[in-house]
Amino acid sequence: MTKGVSNTFKKRNVNLTETIAKIFFLVCSLVSALTLFIIIYFIFTNGVPAMFQVGFLDFITGRTWAPEHNYAPQFGMLPMLYASLISTFFAFIIGSRIGKWCAIYLAFFCPKKIYKPLKTMIELLGGIPSVIYGFFGVAVIVPFLRNNFPGFGNSLLAVIIILSMMVLPTVINLSEAALRSVPKHFFEGALALGSTKTEAIFEIVTPAARAGINGAFVLGIGRAVGETMAVIMVAGNVSQMPGSISEFFSTSIFFAPVRTMTTGIALEMSYASGLHRDTLFGIGVILFTIIIILNISLTILNRNETNYAKES
Amino acid sequence: MNNRKLKNTLSYIKIYFGIGISVTILFSILILVLINGIQNLSFEFVFSLDAPRGFSLMPMLATTTVIVVLTLLISVPLGISSAIYLNEYASSKSKLVKIVRSSIETLSGIPSIIYGLFGFLFYVIVLGWSWSIRAGIFTVAIMILPIIIRATEEALKAVPMSYRMGSYALGAGKFYTIRKVVLPAAINGILASIILSIGRLIGETAALLLTAGTLLDMPVNLQSSAATLSVFMYTITIEQGDMNRAYATAIVLMALVLSLNLLANFIAKRLKRD
Repeated sequence: MTKGVSNTFKKRNVNLTETIAKIFFLVCSLVSALTLFIIIYFIFTNGVPAMFQVGFLDFITGRTWAPEHNYAPQFGMLPMLYASLISTFFAFIIGSRIGKWCAIYLAFFCPKKIYKPLKTMIELLGGIPSVIYGFFGVAVIVPFLRNNFPGFGNSLLAVIIILSMMVLPTVINLSEAALRSVPKHFFEGALALGSTKTEAIFEIVTPAARAGINGAFVLGIGRAVGETMAVIMVAGNVSQMPGSISEFFSTSIFFAPVRTMTTGIALEMSYASGLHRDTLFGIGVILFTIIIILNISLTILNRNETNYAKES
Repeated sequence: MNNRKLKNTLSYIKIYFGIGISVTILFSILILVLINGIQNLSFEFVFSLDAPRGFSLMPMLATTTVIVVLTLLISVPLGISSAIYLNEYASSKSKLVKIVRSSIETLSGIPSIIYGLFGFLFYVIVLGWSWSIRAGIFTVAIMILPIIIRATEEALKAVPMSYRMGSYALGAGKFYTIRKVVLPAAINGILASIILSIGRLIGETAALLLTAGTLLDMPVNLQSSAATLSVFMYTITIEQGDMNRAYATAIVLMALVLSLNLLANFIAKRLKRD
């Protein structure tokens, strides 16, 4: 500043640099944010018209996906929507429970000596690429299902198993952070009132960490809905769904091959053209909408909850 | 009382079941890939330059390197600058900043297939780049942007306010302070985020499958279509169904990604200790 004070010309120069730097950083952050709107714009302007050309209800509730048919192509994406939702649902049921229990172990029961290696292992589990999970499915899970259950192994059940494995690291890491951020006196107070260690943790600390754990669950669901490569490799990729209510409630649905929304897009994009290609963007629109709904529902879910993880 | 005891036991069973299953998953993947991978791995398969198409990983390693380096050249400066604005300049009350922040948050939750869809539509079709390395680069550059922005912001937040105050008190301007005081203090966190993004880039498949294509040749220029290591991993398992070469590719891919993750972990831990 001494330079600046003694020499007004230089001071102005410094101010100019400051202004240019500020504007440069501002522009960079605007560009980063703008990419989201560009992505939304391009996917929606291609997908939405196609959805309405097919007929919105026919698109959502149609059961036949035959885009290559010569005179009567059909674009019913219900089987893919069904496969995405049901596989995510079961993967969430399994993965969220196991993940939460694992997080409780890491946060409260883990001996100090093995904490570091265990934590590193969980983080590595999260770093494994999805194509490796898919490969694991092809090499181990699909043959196991083929040999022990009806069907060819490539099935809804294989997808559920792979997805529950894949959501684990997300759920574990975020839930553990949430559990750790709950003030210590919750736990100590519960102990002082005569509860056992497990009661204090399961009935006092875990509910107090609900906001953070919900966040972990929603991120896990998002990861499962959007997962593509691992699912492609084990799903069997047949666009079909149970025909009747009784079939829906039988166990046979688990052994049938399925095609999810993400795999539908990935498999057909390379050769699709015209309306067919645009309907794939339509599926992208539905997928995008589901992700946005998940984000919004988390905000609503946590509106009245205290998130200790965010406060600290 | 009996009921409580039962519940207690049940809780312990749940907890040990949870940790047991997570550890089992990691170990079974690691052991499966290690044992079968080493059997099938050979020097020629990884490094040979004149092997027939798909029998050497060299073209895929070259493509992966090109994509990682060029993507980082785009995303790292852009991401760090955005984070600097958000953390150092912006007031948290301004509406614009709130919009920027929540759109970056949303970006980080978008699955990679959506990025692939966008990249395919925008670069491959609208710009007419066809399946090419450059289409892939610009697609994954957007994808890792939120990772870098977030981690850089965390690193900047961890720099004590007194550093900045001290610098201002000595007469330095804001930009000078950021360059000479704040960024050097945050360098470890930023480095960790970059290494983590490299791991993510190497493992990325869906977005690159739709934009960079699956050609197994050595890339000639940025306009040529080429498969990265993980895209090759997919095609060899599914389209060619050759499990031996798939195992050998898997062990190379796992070794790369896991060592990068461990390195990022190590740097981040060193940051915490400081």
